[in-house]
Amino acid sequence: MSVVLDQSEIERSLKRIAHEIIERNHGLDSVVLMGIPTRGVTLAQRIGEFLKSIEKPVPVGTLDITMFRDDLRLRPPRALAKTEIPAEGIEGKDLILVDDVLFSGRTIRAALDAIGELGRPRSVQLAVLIDRGHRQLPIRADFVGKNIPTNARENVKVQLLEVDGVDQVEVSI
Amino acid sequence: MKSAHLLSTQELTRTDAFEILDTARQLSRATDGAIRKLPTLRGRTVVNLFFEDSTRTRLSFEAAAKRLSADVINFSAKGSSVSKGESLKDTAQTLEAMGGELMIIRHSASGAAQRLAESGWVKSHIVNAGDGMHEHPTQALLDAFTIRSHFPEFDRDFTGLRVGIVGDILHSRVARSNAQLLTTLGAEVVLIAPPTLLPIGVETWPVKVSYDLDSEISSLDAIMALRVQSERMNDAFFPSEREYAREYGLAGARLKALKKGAIIMHPGPMNRGLEISAEGADSKQSVILEQVANGVLVRMAVLYLLMGGAPIPTEGVLV
Repeated sequence: MSVVLDQSEIERSLKRIAHEIIERNHGLDSVVLMGIPTRGVTLAQRIGEFLKSIEKPVPVGTLDITMFRDDLRLRPPRALAKTEIPAEGIEGKDLILVDDVLFSGRTIRAALDAIGELGRPRSVQLAVLIDRGHRQLPIRADFVGKNIPTNARENVKVQLLEVDGVDQVEVSI
Repeated sequence: MKSAHLLSTQELTRTDAFEILDTARQLSRATDGAIRKLPTLRGRTVVNLFFEDSTRTRLSFEAAAKRLSADVINFSAKGSSVSKGESLKDTAQTLEAMGGELMIIRHSASGAAQRLAESGWVKSHIVNAGDGMHEHPTQALLDAFTIRSHFPEFDRDFTGLRVGIVGDILHSRVARSNAQLLTTLGAEVVLIAPPTLLPIGVETWPVKVSYDLDSEISSLDAIMALRVQSERMNDAFFPSEREYAREYGLAGARLKALKKGAIIMHPGPMNRGLEISAEGADSKQSVILEQVANGVLVRMAVLYLLMGGAPIPTEGVLV
């Protein structure tokens, strides 16, 4: 087991992602963040705080994608998490999906389906704290905190203060 | 839920019940916004197996299944092969051969759902949608969901809530399922009815029994008026409808005696003027239409939890 990101590195990564979001979208006028439960929500909120301190506040929502997964029948039923669509909606917005780890890409595919049900944003972009490779679908992230080359059997564990009481990312076998 | 079936509220632990209620709540948040249809059960088939008349329960299950993208096959005994003498076993096996994976059964015989689940006739998941005078678990779950949404301070424990169920307890599977489930969740249940409309053995239920509505009404947080089931009454259970309405009808002064935050519930269909007055049914405290809306959510949750995940072995009823 090894720690690949500590608290200050997580903070720097998220701050950089916030700057990149502003740069890429030429400001924040139409930007909406949506976090994927559980830890994507926390990360979206933190990026939202950075955006606020750098430029201005943006709407932050949550999107539970469980009911859109294609692997539901492989496991016992999962508990559902909260979906909260920002009051401004997503129609015509630049929607930034936020998740902790990008791995197979299946979660993001499910999220894209869920977004399709909700409306038609102008663009959908993806921000992740960790990209660990091993994609099973043609999906890539627009904003990445850290690329970590892994073995497919390794376990990447993102822990965040609000959820787990500590800020760190570990890789273990 | 650890079981492949939903047969009665008696089998539900508090954890199971809250799992269903929490799932329904998250579904309401997801579908409140813009998501009208979820792809979760696409390509799966749900069978409505109704041997007894029902409109709202069947439509509610159908709406729930369709919002999860399942296909629905509706079977009603009227005008079907059952009138030609086909048995429950043959009917169920026929519908399973057509692709049914989950069967929602309503039957006039108590225990029909359990028989279907335990007999090994079919592999489908079984959901009891009312069996005789026995149980109607999804109705109790939607009632609990409705109560919970009005009393947020009792979100994870109903201890301290007092729920009155008034009227035809004897013929009511709704009362039986509710008494059990609400007690499991921690609420105190008071059954209020004339002695003739209380079932034998009610003293073994985990509830309080009263013959006098007026002495109880001001202490209730939720009051559930039950339909007088004339179709099951082959005897005189009370002297006259007028007398029943006077003693047990939710009307007039009784509406004023209710606690300020108390809610008025009815499983429907209502006999306005008998167990509940029009004034009571349409009052600000009435949540009867919310119950209907919540019914779809709770049934979506049940369908998702039973058939959404990996298949579980169907031998025996675990819960």
